[in-house]
Amino acid sequence: MLAITLAAATVVFVVIGTLWPVKAAEFYLGRQHLIRSNGTPDAALQNLGDDLKSSAWSRAYDNLANKTSFTETDFLHDLVGAYPNLRTYSKLERFEFHPLHQTDSDADFTVKLHWATVVGDAVSTRKVHMVRGSSGWQVEWPLTREPTLPPQVIPVNYLRWDVIYRGAGDEWGTADVDAPHVKIVDMRPVQRAEGMVIMGELLNEDVVPAYVSVTATVMNKNQKPIATEGSFDKISHLILPKAITPFLIKFPEVKLSQVGSVDMHPFSQLVPASADPVIEIQNEKLNPAPNASLTGEVVNQSGQIANIAHVLGTFYDQSGNIVWVADQYVDHALLPQTPVPFTIHIPEDLARKISSQRTVVSTYSMGGAA
Amino acid sequence: MRTGYAALLGGVMLAAAPMLGAQALTAPKTVEAGSSFSIESRGSGQATLYIVGLGGVVTRDVQLGSPISIAEGTVFNAGHYIAYVSTSPNEVATFDVVPAKVADISFLARPSRLPVGLRNGITGAVYVFDAYQNLVTTPTPVSFNISTPNAAPENRTAQAKNGAAWIALDSSPKEGAAHFVARAGGVSAVRVIQQVPGDPCGIKMSAKPNGKRITLQTDPVRDCSGNAVPDGTIVTFTENYHGGQSTVDVPLKRGVAQVEMPAIPGANITVASGVVLGNEIRWGK
Repeated sequence: MLAITLAAATVVFVVIGTLWPVKAAEFYLGRQHLIRSNGTPDAALQNLGDDLKSSAWSRAYDNLANKTSFTETDFLHDLVGAYPNLRTYSKLERFEFHPLHQTDSDADFTVKLHWATVVGDAVSTRKVHMVRGSSGWQVEWPLTREPTLPPQVIPVNYLRWDVIYRGAGDEWGTADVDAPHVKIVDMRPVQRAEGMVIMGELLNEDVVPAYVSVTATVMNKNQKPIATEGSFDKISHLILPKAITPFLIKFPEVKLSQVGSVDMHPFSQLVPASADPVIEIQNEKLNPAPNASLTGEVVNQSGQIANIAHVLGTFYDQSGNIVWVADQYVDHALLPQTPVPFTIHIPEDLARKISSQRTVVSTYSMGGAA
Repeated sequence: MRTGYAALLGGVMLAAAPMLGAQALTAPKTVEAGSSFSIESRGSGQATLYIVGLGGVVTRDVQLGSPISIAEGTVFNAGHYIAYVSTSPNEVATFDVVPAKVADISFLARPSRLPVGLRNGITGAVYVFDAYQNLVTTPTPVSFNISTPNAAPENRTAQAKNGAAWIALDSSPKEGAAHFVARAGGVSAVRVIQQVPGDPCGIKMSAKPNGKRITLQTDPVRDCSGNAVPDGTIVTFTENYHGGQSTVDVPLKRGVAQVEMPAIPGANITVASGVVLGNEIRWGK
C-alpha cells in the first residue's frame, strides 16, 4: 500500500513539475535566465555566463555590444575552437568575474571561464570591456581570432611503425615480437602536503615505439605492501626510441616516513605509431614566485593538425635531481607552424629550488594517427 | 565418455600387468611409433584383441593361432602397452612403443630483437618430435645456423637430450635481420632475430643561418660499431638563451635529424639522444 502511495505521489509531482516548473529548473533546462536584467554590469555579465553555460551561443552573441565586428561563427570558434580540440567536448562549468574599473558609462572586468573537460578543469581568462547603451549594459567581447590555414600541400616524410603480432596460424614455437625495452633512469619519492609523491623519468632504450606506464608499490619497514598506484596521465604514454618521459605517481594516503621500500614496475607495449607530428617548444621560461610557472609556446612543425597536446615539465635542482613534475593540457588544436602558449604552474615552495627544466609534449590527432 | 572409460581401463590394466600370469600372446619388445608389427598368438578360435596404452585402447577381432598384424598408424603414442585377448584376459603381452624418426621440431628463439654485439644474447631451444608428436628422446644432433647480412654465418651443433637441445650465441656486430635456423633429422625451422644498433655514439650537429632561424642538422647518427641508428630515434635539440629555452624532439629521418630553431645571438645549443650527449654550439652575435 505504501509503495503504491509513493509511486502515485511521484507521478503527481512529475506532472506538476513538468506543467509548472520553478524558475531555477527552467534555467537548468536552458529555457530561461535566472537574471534577465542587464541594468548593471554584473547582471549583464551573469547573463552572458548563463548563456555560455547553456551553450546558447546565438543568444550570447546577440547580446554583445561589438557583435558587428565579427560573426557568430568567429565568436563560436573563439570559445570552442574551429578544429576539434579539448574544448570541443567540454562544457562551461563556472563563470567568474572580478571588476577592475567602472564608471557610469563603461566598466572593465576580468572574466574566468572554467571549462569542464575530460582531463579536468581548463581555465581561460579574458579582460572584457563593458559599455552602457540605451538598452542597458552590454559586453564587448575581446575576440581572439583563431588562425586559419590557407589551403596548401605540406610534404611530409612520413615515418611510421606497424606491428605484426603473433597470429592464430603461427606454430607453437613461434615467439611474439618482444615488448620494447624501457628503463627507469631516475626516481625520487618526496613528501608533500597532499601525500607522498614518486616522480622520475623513463627512457625508451629500444629502437621501436613504446606505449608505457609506471606502477609503484610502496612497502612499509616490514616489507608489507601499503599501497599501489599508477602514473595515470602524469606521463607521456607514447614514447619513441631514445625518448624520455617524466612520470609522477601520487599516494594520497601514504606518508614517506611509513615507507621502507618502493617496488617500481615500468610497463611497456609495442604499438603501431607515427613519428609525426614534431612539436617544437619555444620561448620556455621559468617564472619565479609568486605565481611560479613555466611558460612557453608549442609549435607544430608538421603538416598534420594535432588536436590535443599534453605538455609535461620536469624540473631539476642545481645538482640535476628531479624536484617536480607538472603538466598542462593545451585546449586548442595545434595548427602547423602556429604557436600556442602554455603555462605549467609550479608549487611556490619548490620554485626557489628549481634551476632547470625539460619539457616534452605528447599529442593526439583525431583521425587515427597516434 | 568412452575414451574416459578406455583410459581408465588402460590405466588399471597397466597397473595390474606385473601381477598377471603366463602369456597367450607374444609381442615384439619395442615397436616404432606408427609402424606395422605383428603379435604371435596361441590357441584357436575367434577372440577380441585388446591393446591398451595410456592414450587409449585398440580392439580387433582376431583368429587365434596365427600372427595378428597391426597395421601402420594404429599404435602411435609412445609409451608402455599391454595386449591380451578376450578368451585369456589374464595372459598379457607387454611392449613399448618408442618414438619414430624426427619429423618435426619446435624452435623457440629469444629475443625477437636485441642490440648488436651482445654476448650470449641469442638463445635457441629445440624440441624434437616424430610424426606423431612424440618427443624423440634418443640423442639427436641438432644444428644451429645464424646468418646476418654482411657478416659471416655462425654454425653450432648441439645434441638433443631427452628431446631438447639449446644453445646461446652472441649477436653480430653488424645490424640486420638475422636468420636463425635450427635443423634436426632433415627438418628445419627458421626464426628472424632483429639485431639492432646500440646507443648513438658521438652525435655531431652543425648549424647554418636561415633568415631569422637556424637550421640545425646532425651528421648521420651511428652507434659505436658504425651501424646507422634507425630512423625514428629521437634526437633532442635544446637552445638556451638569456634565461629562456627552446626544445625540439626530432625523429631521425634518413639517418639524420634536422630542425629549425630561433636564431638568437649568444644562444647555446646542445644535442642529445636518450642519455647520450652530442656537441654544443654557441650561436655568434
